[in-house]
Order: sequence, then structure tokens, then C-alpha cells
Amino acid sequence: MRILFYLLQKEFLQIVRNKTILRLIFILPVVQLLVLVNAATLDMKNLQISIVDHDHSSLSNRLVSELNASPFFEIQEVCDNVSQGKVLIEDGSSDLLIVIADGFEKSAFEGETGYLQLLANAVNSQQAQLGFAYLQQVAQQLLGNFSTEISGFTRDPAVSVASSYWYNPELNYKFFMVPGILVVLVSVVGMFLTSMNLVREKEMGTIEQINVTPVRKSTFIVAKLLPFLFIGLFELALGLMIGRFIYNVPMEGSLWLVFGVATLYLTGLLGLGLLLSSFSSSQQQVTFVSYFFLLVFILMSGIFTSVDNMPEWGQRINLINPLFYFIDVMRSILLKGAGFFDLWKPVLGISLLAVTLVTLSVLNYRKTS
Amino acid sequence: MKDVHKVIIVENLVKKFGDFTANDHLNFHVERGEIFGFLGANGAGKTTAIKILCGLSAPTSGRVEVAGFDVRTNAESVKKNIGYMSQKFSLYDDLTVFENIRLFGAIYGLSVSEIRKRSDEMLHRLGLVQERNRLLRTLSLGWKQKLAFSVAIIHRPGIVFLDEPTSGVDPVTRRQFWELIYQAADEGITVFVTTHYLDEAEYCNRVTVMVDGKISALDTPANLKVSYDCATMNDVFLKLTRPN
Repeated sequence: MRILFYLLQKEFLQIVRNKTILRLIFILPVVQLLVLVNAATLDMKNLQISIVDHDHSSLSNRLVSELNASPFFEIQEVCDNVSQGKVLIEDGSSDLLIVIADGFEKSAFEGETGYLQLLANAVNSQQAQLGFAYLQQVAQQLLGNFSTEISGFTRDPAVSVASSYWYNPELNYKFFMVPGILVVLVSVVGMFLTSMNLVREKEMGTIEQINVTPVRKSTFIVAKLLPFLFIGLFELALGLMIGRFIYNVPMEGSLWLVFGVATLYLTGLLGLGLLLSSFSSSQQQVTFVSYFFLLVFILMSGIFTSVDNMPEWGQRINLINPLFYFIDVMRSILLKGAGFFDLWKPVLGISLLAVTLVTLSVLNYRKTS
Repeated sequence: MKDVHKVIIVENLVKKFGDFTANDHLNFHVERGEIFGFLGANGAGKTTAIKILCGLSAPTSGRVEVAGFDVRTNAESVKKNIGYMSQKFSLYDDLTVFENIRLFGAIYGLSVSEIRKRSDEMLHRLGLVQERNRLLRTLSLGWKQKLAFSVAIIHRPGIVFLDEPTSGVDPVTRRQFWELIYQAADEGITVFVTTHYLDEAEYCNRVTVMVDGKISALDTPANLKVSYDCATMNDVFLKLTRPN
């Protein structure tokens, strides 16, 4: 224990004297949370649309102005014919082209089916599908109002669906993204700093002077892990404050639980960093390998996409993905107010990973080559 | 039967890196209190051997006993009883002189007051009292080397291994460095030192000369000069390494 204290003292002295790392620790979370949370939006706004109106009626004019009023659409051009509109889609200036067929108003008067055509650039399939859904909504509402106006009474729809959005009633995507980005941030900082720190000692040769002493492997590994665990938790606290005060992210559950699970999570991730560094002999190598692992973990974690939509094998890979568990835990605690008993499965997963990775990193560390 | 006078026993030590044999059946022993010189050209296998003796590298075959412990099975016990100074400077450049002393003192289990006492003594002897709180990276190589040696023996080990401790330092500092080695030997520490400065070989009690991974001579400097009929160790070395 006494040796551990002196080793920790050494690590902290070295970290405090490394101005680049200090700056990184303070600036990175602020920049990431301010930029990425706003940029990584899943909301669909300002779809660029062009319209070809073959009807030239008052109803078609109403449809155009309704579309224009919607926050989802921005009318770029009203074209005379379809081929003119197609050019706009092809050169990328419009995302959607809406064609209003001749007789649109007439069929509405007579209670018949009117026709709208939608041509969408579906390179981004999500955007095309959402555009279609929004258009349908706007048109249906308009036609409903119109039929009420001409007939004088409201027709009851057969089914009325009332929706209520739980945990994030305003559908604020930032509430969803802040916990995710925060996990990525803590992971990147923790894992890179840890793995590069140990490899740097190899590069400098200082590790040899340590290896020739009777210091225990486990003591040495713990002394390499604890400082970065501490930094990771500090980053988490800083990030949560930004989330709270800038984005008003709700914090329904216990912050103690957040930090408790974060401690387990970081222990595992830093253990992985140390394990990777025991295989590497230069900082370049370990950076590259850590980057590879983190990228796979992040993209599979469900931060941007729903894990339930992944193929079966992908979901199985996530069993060993610490980020997958921790992002889920963070969102559940912060947004839903989940408690320990709701989260025992991911917490168990995180704990098993932590124990395994730290044990492997101690076993794999060699004092004798 | 254990020989208490032999603190290092090496029998048929072989170390291979793939097809390359760095140490080819080395046999020697070092006696307690000796200054034992390990000579050889660059690449002769000196550093490989010293790393095996310190437990930093595992031998391919052979028996190596240091301070009464087998390095293969009991490397951690060996480590408690030795000090080591690497060829490459390996104290922490971003810590101060005292912080380095304190760290290694604590790792070897010295108490706070003992660390303080020995560090004061050491800094006085080295003339580094003013530099106590300076970062190591701001010191000259000569000072760094003398400090590294003193840190290597801070726990008063039975044996200290020095791997080319004087390479790259000026003649005056080399002289001072050897005075430190003699002081350590006077205190009863066995010194195992590799070098390629042949004048330094004269300072050793016994020397071995390694050529291409093998030991080609082992004796006192005086006896070597007689048996190879040379005036200096330099000539002995040239005769052994370049027979033609």
C-alpha cells in the first residue's frame, strides 16, 4: 500500500507537469459537448423541396403555402414542369420534388382521390422516408380541413391515436445525445491517456528501472490505472455540469449511481488500455490499436442507431462492448430515473468486463521479457 | 554445497534470439566484494548477459544464481538484493532529483526518515545539494549518471550491476564516477560493471573479455597482461578481438 501511494504520487506529479495533457483534459470535454451535441442531430429540418403545380387551383396554392409554413420543408423553387424539377434533384439542390396532379382540387370537391407525386433523393434513405411521412401528414390535414369547410361538418376518423412521449416529452434529441457523447468523451480520454502513458515508459526506458525493482505487478498496474480513473470521473463531472447548465438535460436518477457505474466502467476500459499497451512497443502502435477498438465500440454502442435494429450477431458482439452497457445505463439513469435494480444486467456486464480486463492486464504485464 | 563467497554463479548460460545466439555457454562466478569488469565490443552480448543476471530477461538455458537465488525461478527475490543502472538513462526526467530518490527509496521499502537521511548524504557526496529540487531533464549527463548510480544503491544492495555507466561522459566525470564505485565497494557492495573503455578495466579486480557471445578470457588485469604478453589492457583486448 505504501509503495502504491508513492507510485501514485509520481504519476500525478508527471501528469500535472505535462501541460499538453492538462489542457486536453479541460478543453476536450467543453469542445466536444458544445460542438458534437449540436451537430450530431437526428432531427429532420429544412428539407429542400421543389414543387411542380399542374393544378394551379386555390387548393394547390394552399398546399404550397402549408408546406412552406412547415418547419420541415423549405421550398426552393416552384417549377413549370417535372423535367425542370428532376434537374434540381440531380444536381443536389433539392431533396424532394412534389408534383401536384391536374384536377387535385376538383377531386377533393367531388370526394374522389386526388393525386400527389413525390420524387425523393433517397441516398439518405432515412431522410427520404421522413420527407414522405411529413408530406403525407401535411396533405392529409389540409384535405381534412378542406372537407370540413365545404361540407360544414367534421367527419370522425375511424381511429384516433393519441400519443404521449415519455421520458423526453419534447422529443429533444439533445437529451438523448448528451449522455452518449459524454460516454464517448470519457472513454476516449481515459483509454488513450492510460495506454499511451505505459508505452511512453517503455519508449523512455524508465520501465526497466521499475522492472528491476521488487515492485509487484498488480501494484504497478493499479498505480497506472487509478490516476486516469480519477481523471475520467472528473471529465464525467465536468461533462454532466455542461449537460445540466447548457442543455438542461434532466437528471432524474441518482448521481451516486452514475458515478458508481462509471467507476466500474472506467476500470474495465482502462484495463483494456493497459492490456493493449502491454502488447505494444511504441505510442504509435498503441494509439492505432486503441483507436480501432474504440471506433468499433462506439459505432456498435447504440449512440447513434438503435441496437435493437442490429442483426443478431451484432447484438451478440455488444455483450463484450463496455460502451454499449454504459451508454444504456447513463441514458436510463439520467432520463428515466432508473435505479440499481432496473440496471442490474448492464451493471453485471460492466463488472465482468472490468474484472476480466484488469486481471488480463496484470497477467500480461511482464517484468521479465 | 553452497559457496557463500560466490554471489553470482553462471553455468552454461545460453540466450538465443531466434537463430542468433547472443550468449553462448557462459561460465563464470563473481565473489563477494569484487569489482568485476565485463568487457567486450559493441554487440558482444554484454547487455544481454547483464539483463539476465538482473532478472529483466529470461535465459534460454543454463543456470544463473544471483545473491543466492535462481533468476529463472526466483527473479523477484534476486531483485530485492541487487541494484541496476541501465545503459540508457532511465530515471524520470520530469521528476526532480529528490522525487526520483524518494520514489525508488520507497519502492525498496525505506522509511520516510531513512529516505531523507540517505538522500541528504547522497546529495552532499555528489555535490548536488543545490540541485535537489531541479527537474532531472535540466541536469547534465555526467550528473545524471552519478545520480543514477547512487539511486541504484540507495537500498544498500549486495550487488550492483552497471551497464556501460560511463559511456558518453567526459574523462573528469569518469574519474569521479569510479571513485563512487570504489566507495560502494568499500561499503561491501559487489560491483558488476560492463564497459568498453579499456583503461577502466585496470580498475577492476577481475575482468572477462567477451567476443561474439563467448567468454574468451577471464582473470585479473595483471595476469591477463602477462599471459597475453601485452603492456596494456588495450593490447590484450585487441589481441583477443582481432587475432589476425
